[in-house]
Amino acid sequence: MDILIVLEDNNGKIHRMGLESIAAAQQMAGDLGLTTGALVMGAHGDALAEEASGFNIGEVLKVNSEYVASYSSDGYAEAVKQVIEQENPNYVIFGHTYQVRDYAPKVSAKLMKPFLVDNVAVRSNNGKPVFTKLMFNGKLFSDVHANGDGPFLISFQSAAFSSDKAESGSADVRDCSVNIDASMIRTESESPFQEEAGGVDLTSANIIVAIGRGIGKEENVPLAQDLAKAIGGELASSRPVVDAGWLPSAHQVGSSGQSVSPKMYLALGISGAIQHVVGMKGSKNIVAINKDSEAPIFEIADYGVVGDVLEIIPKLTEALNE
Amino acid sequence: MKIAVLVKQVPGAESPLPIQPDQSWVDEGAVAYMMNESDNYALEEALKIREVNGEGEVVAVSLGPDRIQKVIREALAKGADRAIHIQMETAGAIDPLSTAGLFADALREENFDLIFTGLQSDDLGMGQTGIIIGEILGMSTASLAMATEVGDGKIKVKRELEAGWFQWVSLSLPASVSIQSGLNTPRYPSLKGIMGAKKKEIKVVTPSSPDPTQSLEKVYVPQSDKQTVMIEGSADQIVGKLVETFRNNIKVL
Ligand SMILES: Cc1cc2nc3c(=O)[nH]c(=O)nc-3n(C[C@H](O)[C@H](O)[C@H](O)COP(=O)(O)OP(=O)(O)OC[C@H]3O[C@@H](n4cnc5c(N)ncnc54)[C@H](O)[C@@H]3O)c2cc1C
Repeated sequence: MDILIVLEDNNGKIHRMGLESIAAAQQMAGDLGLTTGALVMGAHGDALAEEASGFNIGEVLKVNSEYVASYSSDGYAEAVKQVIEQENPNYVIFGHTYQVRDYAPKVSAKLMKPFLVDNVAVRSNNGKPVFTKLMFNGKLFSDVHANGDGPFLISFQSAAFSSDKAESGSADVRDCSVNIDASMIRTESESPFQEEAGGVDLTSANIIVAIGRGIGKEENVPLAQDLAKAIGGELASSRPVVDAGWLPSAHQVGSSGQSVSPKMYLALGISGAIQHVVGMKGSKNIVAINKDSEAPIFEIADYGVVGDVLEIIPKLTEALNE
Repeated sequence: MKIAVLVKQVPGAESPLPIQPDQSWVDEGAVAYMMNESDNYALEEALKIREVNGEGEVVAVSLGPDRIQKVIREALAKGADRAIHIQMETAGAIDPLSTAGLFADALREENFDLIFTGLQSDDLGMGQTGIIIGEILGMSTASLAMATEVGDGKIKVKRELEAGWFQWVSLSLPASVSIQSGLNTPRYPSLKGIMGAKKKEIKVVTPSSPDPTQSLEKVYVPQSDKQTVMIEGSADQIVGKLVETFRNNIKVL
């Protein structure tokens, strides 16, 4: 096969970004006249293979090895590397998930082949793919290509492709064996856990007032708290506000925090980096206030104000309280 | 415990990013540089480990042209013992595999117990250099560390997973760990630290640049097809229009 899609497990189902990867690979296959295959592994390999076989993919490969039953970066990197060596794809497609961030660079190092990450689009230029990648936290885009011979590792950003666009079909499943032993696994993992939310439930909020680094300092946070109260909304934030200790982590919206879709999301001093945007772009109405007219948040905002949040927030609270 | 911390100089969050006429890169002369955010947390974590252990060495390592000596000095002022500067022009270069190879060459002989990097740079956002270096040097690796515990020839790392989940992973040493921002409170350099930094060693190495395995064609400002209604006027007018929008268009009041 020419394109190998590596599918990630999400409790027995294909991770949403895996479905997006299928859509991406199908587009690339169409544009460049290439064949596809998908790879599944882990304790839920059978269920994932079954689900994957319902898509328009050349074939589904299933790795059976006790060393990939649960995730370890060493085990997964070695398994994917060996499958690539056996199958010789030219492109290996991943979703840009946290797990992929953890082990795919190791595959790149083992093969000495580049890993082109975090792409939002791909197009063909004279039969060669050119990838569009975010840079500078989403403030600029770039066009990037791989040099030399494949295999090339490629990851796509969340929602770069719509999972609904993944074409269904019927694919055969083939077992694949890899040669891994216990000495290759240098890590030991405990069970995943979640931290206490401390009574903050952003997911059911109708209105969210979210602050970013643009709030300036901890002493300004109460301004936003007052606004949230005046408008009847929940207070949320971007990561740097939590990192600085100005709000507890339960308030964080984004890929590491909560995903929300309120009727109105008021983004105050938030630049609109992709890791924040993935957590709030489903909001029905996005209102952004930012002093930088070129902030990426304005690319997704329904309503925008170029201005100083420290000036506008108190006045807005006052007007709402009247 | 001998720890290398990779610190990168990147455009600050508020820096202008004018694009060069040929779109090959940003106009670096107009950029306001600073230390990459997660690297600052990585440095703090290394310094804390050294302080808790009461011994060991923290070496700041950076790759780039002369201008990066500013972040190297900053790392030394905060407490790194010495530094390695891999001298290289980097404008428009985007290949983590080559970069990681250069770091691995510079670090190999030093036999570090730990390599810490920020989880990704705020300019390229590749998020892989530290892990590739670890793999090349035969170290165990983990990404997105939100806490670390060192002891018994191991490092335990609290890895951030998606959507508010975490997982503790124990790694055998030597290990290369990428650090997520927020895991500690980075210090500011003291006046004594700033003075002392001037006397610390910066070893400069000048390797030749390898052939890149991936290349940049151009950078550009993203175009959006979203229609954003811009609300303008004086602050009072803006507030009036916002309340109207909340009430009549979004219907949340
Ligand atoms: C693996 C990973 C996971 C991550 N997870 C998350 C996550 O879950 N959630 C998250 O939010 N981020 C996350 N991030 C971080 C993300 O990449 C960005 O760094 C972060 O979202 C930026 O936050 P910000 O917009 O508040 O800050 P900045 O990007 O610094 O933006 C601040 C904005 O405020 C504006 N501003 C400044 N002063 C004022 C003023 N007085 N008035 C008006 N505007 C002003 C500036 O113009 C700027 O646009 C993650 C990153 C990585 C790599």
